[in-house]
Formats: sequence, structure tokens, C-alpha cells
Amino acid sequence: MRFDDWMLAFHVLSAFSLVAGLILFWALIVVGRRTDTPAGTLSLNPLAKVGSATVGIGMVGTIVFGLWLAFSIGNYNLWDAWIIIALVLWFVGAAVGRKTGEAFLEGPRKAEELQSAGQTGPNAELLALNRTSRGLLLHSLTSLIVLLILIDMIWKPWA
Amino acid sequence: MSVLAAIRPDSWNFPLLVHLLGALVVVGGLVTATASLALAKGEARLLRLGYWSLLAITLPGWIVMRLGAQWIYSKEHWDDLPDRLIPSWIGIGFLVADFGGLILLVSLIVGGVGVYRMRDGKGSRLLKATLVFSVVLLAACLVAVWAMAGKPS
Repeated sequence: MRFDDWMLAFHVLSAFSLVAGLILFWALIVVGRRTDTPAGTLSLNPLAKVGSATVGIGMVGTIVFGLWLAFSIGNYNLWDAWIIIALVLWFVGAAVGRKTGEAFLEGPRKAEELQSAGQTGPNAELLALNRTSRGLLLHSLTSLIVLLILIDMIWKPWA
Repeated sequence: MSVLAAIRPDSWNFPLLVHLLGALVVVGGLVTATASLALAKGEARLLRLGYWSLLAITLPGWIVMRLGAQWIYSKEHWDDLPDRLIPSWIGIGFLVADFGGLILLVSLIVGGVGVYRMRDGKGSRLLKATLVFSVVLLAACLVAVWAMAGKPS
């Protein structure tokens, strides 16, 4: 395997890490929708950390190895339309992803407040925060952006 | 190989997308299942999440990935070649997909019994076995992704 083949393998593995994190968060969204207690909400935190780590590794890996490939491979250029499209989508996805994280952090924050106040039972406000429709919309948007990047990478429009 | 990817006929793109989407879902399901089962610490809800991730995410993803693999394999006319000419990265892919599929089925059966026995406060050993299967499958899938992307030999 040439060095660029290794870089391509790491680029693709990073993409898998990114999507794995998104899927893990989808599973957490489904579970969170039925979670109305502080303890139940906070017990999902370790899983959310795994999701954040895999998304983080995926985001950094895809851009670093992707840029390397754009510079290194002779017939690819940074100003190729499909690479520009991917870069724009990556930055938009990163911004939307950050907003998604903020929306889903409101539930655990409320759970910590309730727990420190000694309220351990079901709480309607906590349930509403765990069911955040804004977060759901933003996560759907992030997933759609990643799908569009994938389609762009395969079809390579105007290449 | 990257140059080859750039000149890939358009008619190969959709089967490749199907194969890739399936593979992404498989790995996503396995990461979710592994993390849930490993971090559950006996909590029934997370143990169930781990099992259901395998059943409702990994299994459908595996079916889509395997169908997509056969589709792109046929589109690229690899099936017209004798076995000795098939590159090792395809061999690794098929090995992981087919044996991995068997391991997935076994882990679903073992985990299913484990989840059922959780009603009586049992089944945690079976779900630990499911965790081991998930870790092995995840490692094998990552090797397959490396092979598919880097295309050794």
C-alpha cells in the first residue's frame, strides 16, 4: 500500500467514526424520549461521551486526511467543485452539529439541577427537554448534511 | 486506486452508495451496541439498548451492505473472473461480511435469550457474551473498511 492509500483508508475510517457517532446519538434520542427522571437522564451521559468522541475523531479525521488527499493526489485539486462542496458541507455540518449538542445538553443540565435539589422522581419539564424537537430537527439536518457529503464523495460532480 | 475511483463509471455509483450506507449503519449499530453493553453496569435499559441496536440497526444495515456488495461486485464484473484473480481486499470484504453475518446471528440469538431472561433478573452473562461478539465484529468490520478503502494488493 502506498502512503496515499493509507491516508485514504484513514479518511474513510474517520467517515465511519463520524457516522457511527451520529447513529449512536440517534439511539440516544430514541431512548431519551422516554426518560423523565434525573437519574435516567444522567445515566445516558457516558454513552453521549462515546458519541461525542467518535463524532470528534470523525470530523477531525475526515478533514485532515481529506485535505491531505486533495493536495497529494495529482488529479485532485482543492478548487475542484466536488471538494469545495464537501468542504462547505463539512463546515455547515460542524456548525449545525455544535447547535445540536447544545440543544441536547439542556436535558442533562436540568437533570443535574433536579438531582442537586433532591428531586429524583419523574419530571415533566425534564421529559420535554429530553424530547427537544429543536434538537431532533438539528440532528436530522446534521445527518442529512453527512449523507450529502457521502453522495458528493461518490458522484464527484463536475470532476 | 484513488485515480480509479475518480474514473468510476456513473452506473457503479448507486450500488456503491447502497453498499457504503449499509456498511456505515452496520458499524454505527455495532459501536452503539458495544458502548451500551460495555457501559450498562447492569442497568437493564442500557443492556436492552445494546441488544436492540444489534437487532434494529446492525442487522438491517448488514442486509443492505451485503446486497449492495453483491450488486457492485456484479456491476464491476468481478464475477466474470476466476477466483485466483480476485484481489485480496475483496476477499477480506466477503470473509468479514459472511462470517461476520454468522457471528451477528449467533450474537442476536444469545443476546435475545439474555434479554428474555432479564425479566427474571438473569441473562447478564449471555449479554456479556453478546458484548464480546460485538467487539469482535466491530474489529473485523474496521479491518474490512481499511481493506476496502486502502485496497492492499
